[in-house]
Amino acid sequence: MIVLPFIATLLLLTALVGLIRILRGPTTADRMLAAQLIGTSGVAILLVMGVASGNRALFDVALVFAILAAIALTTFLATARLERQS
Amino acid sequence: MSWAELLGVGLMGLGAVFFVAGTVGILRFPDVFSRLHAVTKADNLGLGLVAAGTGIMTADGFVAAKLALVWLLIAVSGAIGGHLIARHALRDKT
Repeated sequence: MIVLPFIATLLLLTALVGLIRILRGPTTADRMLAAQLIGTSGVAILLVMGVASGNRALFDVALVFAILAAIALTTFLATARLERQS
Repeated sequence: MSWAELLGVGLMGLGAVFFVAGTVGILRFPDVFSRLHAVTKADNLGLGLVAAGTGIMTADGFVAAKLALVWLLIAVSGAIGGHLIARHALRDKT
């Protein structure tokens, strides 16, 4: 149980490193990939902290965060489709 | 440290390793499609292991079902999103 915050910190570092890809990514698809990876590592952080703190509400927060990541993905795809058609 | 906690923490560590591998993959790979491969790997397997570890440590059936739902949602949205992102990247080189 001691090592859980370290795992959460490691996941946070992976999310921060993903920002580099957002900064450097040549195409919008790269940026969306990095955003999806950051969203998923956010969900993983919530799960780990939910166990570490014993607070079970964090699992619901992780579920909502997963749904938001899916919505962000569909929004990007919808706007990309509109740009291509116009 | 009971066996359940040890196994749970081990699974979470393994999931974190897959996340690190996915992040290194998204930075180092040359083009969009190989990066896509890295991201969906880290998504599905990393989160799957973390969710399994979490489910084992909170020995509750309802929580385990909720975690399975979270993992299923991320897996499905990752797969479908990955496919659509690849098609978008293939069509136009914006």
